[in-house]
Amino acid sequence: MHHSIEVDHLSFSYPDSHAALRDVSLRISPGEKVALAGPNGAGKSTLILHLNGILKGDGQVTVCGLPVEQKNLGRVRAAVGLVFQNPDDQLFSPTVFDDVAFGPLYQGLPPAEVERRVTSALAAVRMSDYARRVSHHLSTGEKKRIAIATVLSMEPEILVLDEPTAGLDPRARRALINLLRGLPLTMLVSSHDLAMARELLPRMVVMDEGRIVADGPTQELLGDEKLLEAHGLEKP
Amino acid sequence: MHVHFLDPYRPRTSPIHALDPRVKFVLTLAYILTAALTPIAAWPVYILLLAAMLSVEILSSLGVRYVLKRASLALPFVLAAFPVIFTNGQTALFSFSIGSLTLTGYAEGLARFLSVALKSWLSVQAAIVLASSTPFPDLLQAMRAIRIPRLLVAMFGLMWRYLFVLVDEAMRLMRARAARSGHRAATGPSPRLRAGSRSGGSVAWRARVAGGMAGSLFLRAFERSDRIYMAMAARGYDGEVRALPLSSVKPAAWLALGSGLGMLFLLLLLGVLFWG
Ligand SMILES: Nc1ncnc2c1ncn2[C@@H]1O[C@H](COP(=O)(O)OP(=O)(O)OP(=O)(O)O)[C@@H](O)[C@H]1O
Ligand SMILES: [Mg+2]
Repeated sequence: MHHSIEVDHLSFSYPDSHAALRDVSLRISPGEKVALAGPNGAGKSTLILHLNGILKGDGQVTVCGLPVEQKNLGRVRAAVGLVFQNPDDQLFSPTVFDDVAFGPLYQGLPPAEVERRVTSALAAVRMSDYARRVSHHLSTGEKKRIAIATVLSMEPEILVLDEPTAGLDPRARRALINLLRGLPLTMLVSSHDLAMARELLPRMVVMDEGRIVADGPTQELLGDEKLLEAHGLEKP
Repeated sequence: MHVHFLDPYRPRTSPIHALDPRVKFVLTLAYILTAALTPIAAWPVYILLLAAMLSVEILSSLGVRYVLKRASLALPFVLAAFPVIFTNGQTALFSFSIGSLTLTGYAEGLARFLSVALKSWLSVQAAIVLASSTPFPDLLQAMRAIRIPRLLVAMFGLMWRYLFVLVDEAMRLMRARAARSGHRAATGPSPRLRAGSRSGGSVAWRARVAGGMAGSLFLRAFERSDRIYMAMAARGYDGEVRALPLSSVKPAAWLALGSGLGMLFLLLLLGVLFWG
C-alpha cells in the first residue's frame, strides 16, 4: 500500500444544483501533511467527504492506490480516518467507549484487540477517564477529542480532519498539535487556524468557490499577502 | 447547553444500583407481568407486591417519596378504566342520574377498577426504579442480553442519544427568539407611535414565527440524520449491527435473579389459587 491521495478532475454539485467542487485535481504523497484552507463555503468539507466515498462526484478519486468505488469502500474506509466538522455527528453511540470501539468492531477485530485499541486511542487524546461517560454531557472540546479518538482507534493510514481546532481551548489545541505531529500518517487538515498550519503542515492548498486556487509550501503562501487577501484569509 | 432533566438516571451507591442491569431488567419485566396476571381483587397479594416494591425503593436509596411522586404522573391514564365501574357486575352499589341517563355503580366493577389502578401504579413504580437506578447504556446492554433484536436496540440507542441534541437545539432556537424579542420602552418619542406599536406583534405573525421554528427544527433533524449516517459509514458501518460480546453474569447476580423470580412466582401462585 502507498498511503497517498489522488484526486483527478473532480466536480460535484449538491442536489439543489449548487456547484460545490469544480474540476479539482490534487495529489498528496505518502506521509505528507497538508493544510486545506479557504473561506466559508469554499468546498473544503465537500472535498473531504469524497475521500472515502460518502459523496460521489464526476472524476476519479484514488486512495492508497485504491479507486474509491463501491467494491473498494470497505478497505478505503478502513484506511482513511475521517473526523467530521461537528462532533455531535461523529459521536452517535450511547457511551464514549462504544463510540471509540465502533470502527475497530466493524473492521472485524477480536474483542481483546478492540479493547486495546480503545484504551490506547483514549490515552492518545488524554481522555482515558471518559470511557464510561455519556457523550452528550461532554463539552465541545471534549467531544472533539473523543471524535479524534474514534478514528485513531481504527489505526488508519490517512487522517483527514475537518476543522480539528475549532472550539478548543489553548491547552487542548496545543495537545492536539503535539499529538498530530507525532503521528507518522498522511494527513489532510481543513482549517481556518493558519497558525497551526504553519507549525504543523508544511504544504498548503487554498480553495475558493469550489476550485483550488493555490498549492505550495505553507511558509511561502502565508507570505503572499495578495493571495491571502483575495481569498479571505489572514496572515496568522 | 445541556439538558439533564430528561435523563431519569439518579446515581447513588446502593445494592439496587450495583445489581447487574440484565438481572434488574428481567426482574422488572417479571414484576410487571406478575402484577398484570394476578387475579382481580386479590388484595393481600397486591399488598405483598407493594411491600416488595417499597423495600426495593428503600434499598435503592432513591427515596420512596421520589418514586411515588413520579409514579403519580401515570395516574391520569388510569382514569381510562373508570367506566368499568358502571358496566360490570350485579351488586348495585349506588346510582345517580344525569338528565335522562341513569348510571349505576356496581361493587364488582369498583373492585375491578381499583385492581387495575393498583396494578398500573405498581408497574409504573417498578419501571421508575429500573430507569432511575440503571444508566441507559446499561439498559441497552440488558435488552441485547435478552435477545431483543439488535436493530431495535441500536435504534433505541440512537433515539436516546439524539433526543438530547434535538431538545438542546429547540432550546437554542427559543433562546434566540427570546433574545431578540425586546419590548419597546413605554415612553416613546410621540404618543401616536406608542399607540400604534404593540410589542410582540400580531397573533398570526407569532404563529408564523413558531411554525418557521418548528420547520427549521425538522429540517435540522433531517439533515443531521444524513450526517450521522455518513459518520457511521465512514467508520465501516455496513447495515449490520455489531457489538462486543457481553460479560458473563456473576453467580451472585444469578442468585438474585433466581430468588426474585421465585418470589414473584409464589406470589402469583398464591393469587391464582385463592382468588383465581
Ligand atoms: N448538504 C448540502 N446541500 C446543499 N448545499 C450544500 C450542502 N452542504 C454544503 N453545501 C454548499 O456547498 C458549498 C461548499 O460547502 P462546504 O461545506 O464544503 O464548505 P467549507 O469550505 O467546508 O466551509 P466552512 O469553512 O464553512 O466549513 C457551500 O456553498 C454550501 O452552501
Ligand atoms: Mg467545512
